[in-house]
Amino acid sequence: MVWGARVLKALASGFSHIGRSVVEGTWRLGYASRFLALVLLRSGLSFGRFSLVVRKVYFSGVQSLIIILVSGLFVGMVLGLQGYETLVRYGSAEALGTLVALSLVRELGPVVAALLFASRAGSAITAEIGLMKATEQLSAMEVMAVDPIARVVGPHFWGAVISMPLLAAMFSAIGVFGGYLIGVVLIGVDDGAFWSQMQAAVDFRHDVMNGIIKSAVFGFAVAAIATFEGYDAPPTAEGVSGATTRTVVTSALAILALDFVLTSFMFTGQ
Amino acid sequence: MNRTIVDMWVGIFVVAGLGAILLLALRVGNASATFNVSDTYSVYADFENIGGLKVRAPVKSAGVVVGRVANIQLNSQTYKARAELAIDKRYQFPADTSAAILTAGLLGEQYIGFDAGGDVENLKQGSVLQITQSAIVLEKLISQFLYNKAAEGGSSDKAAEAK
Amino acid sequence: MAADTLVDIRNLEFAYGARQILTGISMTMKRGQVVAIMGGSGCGKTTLLKLISGTLRPSSGEVVVNGEAVHLMDTDGLARHRRKLGVLFQFGALFTDLSVFDNVAFPLREHTDLPEELIRDLVLLKLHSVGLRGAHALMPHQLSGGMARRVALARSIALDPALVLFDEPFTGLDPISLTVTGNLIRRLTDTLGMTSVVVTHDVAESLKIVDEVYFIADGRIAAHGTPAEVRDTRDAFVHQFIYGEEDGPMRFHFPGGSMDADFGLGGARA
Repeated sequence: MVWGARVLKALASGFSHIGRSVVEGTWRLGYASRFLALVLLRSGLSFGRFSLVVRKVYFSGVQSLIIILVSGLFVGMVLGLQGYETLVRYGSAEALGTLVALSLVRELGPVVAALLFASRAGSAITAEIGLMKATEQLSAMEVMAVDPIARVVGPHFWGAVISMPLLAAMFSAIGVFGGYLIGVVLIGVDDGAFWSQMQAAVDFRHDVMNGIIKSAVFGFAVAAIATFEGYDAPPTAEGVSGATTRTVVTSALAILALDFVLTSFMFTGQ
Repeated sequence: MNRTIVDMWVGIFVVAGLGAILLLALRVGNASATFNVSDTYSVYADFENIGGLKVRAPVKSAGVVVGRVANIQLNSQTYKARAELAIDKRYQFPADTSAAILTAGLLGEQYIGFDAGGDVENLKQGSVLQITQSAIVLEKLISQFLYNKAAEGGSSDKAAEAK
Repeated sequence: MAADTLVDIRNLEFAYGARQILTGISMTMKRGQVVAIMGGSGCGKTTLLKLISGTLRPSSGEVVVNGEAVHLMDTDGLARHRRKLGVLFQFGALFTDLSVFDNVAFPLREHTDLPEELIRDLVLLKLHSVGLRGAHALMPHQLSGGMARRVALARSIALDPALVLFDEPFTGLDPISLTVTGNLIRRLTDTLGMTSVVVTHDVAESLKIVDEVYFIADGRIAAHGTPAEVRDTRDAFVHQFIYGEEDGPMRFHFPGGSMDADFGLGGARA
């Protein structure tokens, strides 16, 4: 009798735990959607003062430039080495250019650049907005009759959305250059074959444009997550640091999940 | 940070990003060789077997890309594959041009090769190519080769016995 | 309502969910006065400020400022209300990415179309009135706590508000800065013809500068009067508060079970 009652009690608390997390999760998702809708709705005000957006492009784009370029170069060089090792077994080392370019333009460029962007710029956006909230700067704006969503969140959001595709394109371009350095300059794959095979295989609309669309979607996701986490952060030091971590983790998951969905739409069915 | 310096850096950033896209389009990709849909005309070719031919595979004449495979369907009456080929309007071909499915290298991708004929009429929108050559299916080729070898071997054995 | 009354609060009630914060608050503040609201930590003083600025809405009761009902205002009404209102936050809440000059210029640039030269003159004038004209080029992180508070004060009076709310203006200041800030509040109120509401628990400093004091305990008004009246009070709570006595109506020990039961003395162990 006593055992039965205990089991029932444990079950009940387990169910109520699940129920509570579902309710809270749904509530938070709804809150996040409402926040995103507000940001989009009031972005007219943000764009009205374009210099604010330009400042935030500097904040998230220009300041991520170094990490994006260096990583892109190394990823391209690794692709060159690994790709050559594999291709040379099948006697088709000339296809190295194709391999490097297609992997970068379709997949690695958008995804790796977005992951780096989330950890460099996304976390910085969350920390900045969260700190402004914790030090009552957002409240101060509000009582000055200045809307913090239009004045602070909107420019951050659009700065990130604008920066992301540009960074991904730079990542891919310098990655191809890295592959060229290893493949052609170092290993000695034929220069002409490297470029011509690449150009024959990479299609502008099908490969390059789809890669850019991917990176734009990722930029949108990272911007939404980073600004929301910052705006929603508890106004304490632990609150802001927790929100920063959540931004990186949630963004990474969102990027990879979205990448799967987008890839299955773009590159299959032919 | 000074406003003008921020503006300058953002300007450099945006130009570099657009430059990277342009580079990907022209140097890495083939935007210069991709033609618009409006600049092509469609011709059709029926094949017994298309092998591994895919939509968007190139159509080449004398090694130059002149178009792309736009669509592939099976004709349920004749059980032949009908390929729709979008050919660049800059290139005109005689009506008796033949199409063959070829392979670039031993393991490369398959493409359609045009061999120009001698007709005075040119191919028009909607024309059907009369002379086609299907893809070479490796398994058929190998079995044919083995069969021939076996037949050859058999006859030479008999010849030896007869001696 | 008398013509010289600026803020009129009647029967104000406020609750966060089930937690009752304020009960039956009624107070009037006359133009040109400095009014202090005092009470222990967590007694609802800051909540009262938020109700006056319109950040929160009361459960019932009225908040009337300058003849307009704040508790009934829509978004546009609130924006208009807040343009005539200055708020000084606890630690100043200066915008960390803007210089001292740009911080003070912020409300002017957001709400007026004044030419840049005029804004420059106005900002330097406001900074001069708090004695920090020479610091206009510094960034907030270069300021001491007292200086940041004064810059924030200059910012909150930038638009010449009729009413300025001070949320704990004396917290964390050294004795000199404390006196400077107190005297500034008094002097600016007199010279600019504004009305100041100071929420504080600093008895010594505030009694020197205010015209009227309200004491809040347990969400109710415990006492009110001029500084002279409250000093001579016979109310046990106010007496304890003003003279900082350890025990009185406010107990040192949080209410709980009897000591014997908690320590398991007297053989009555459960």
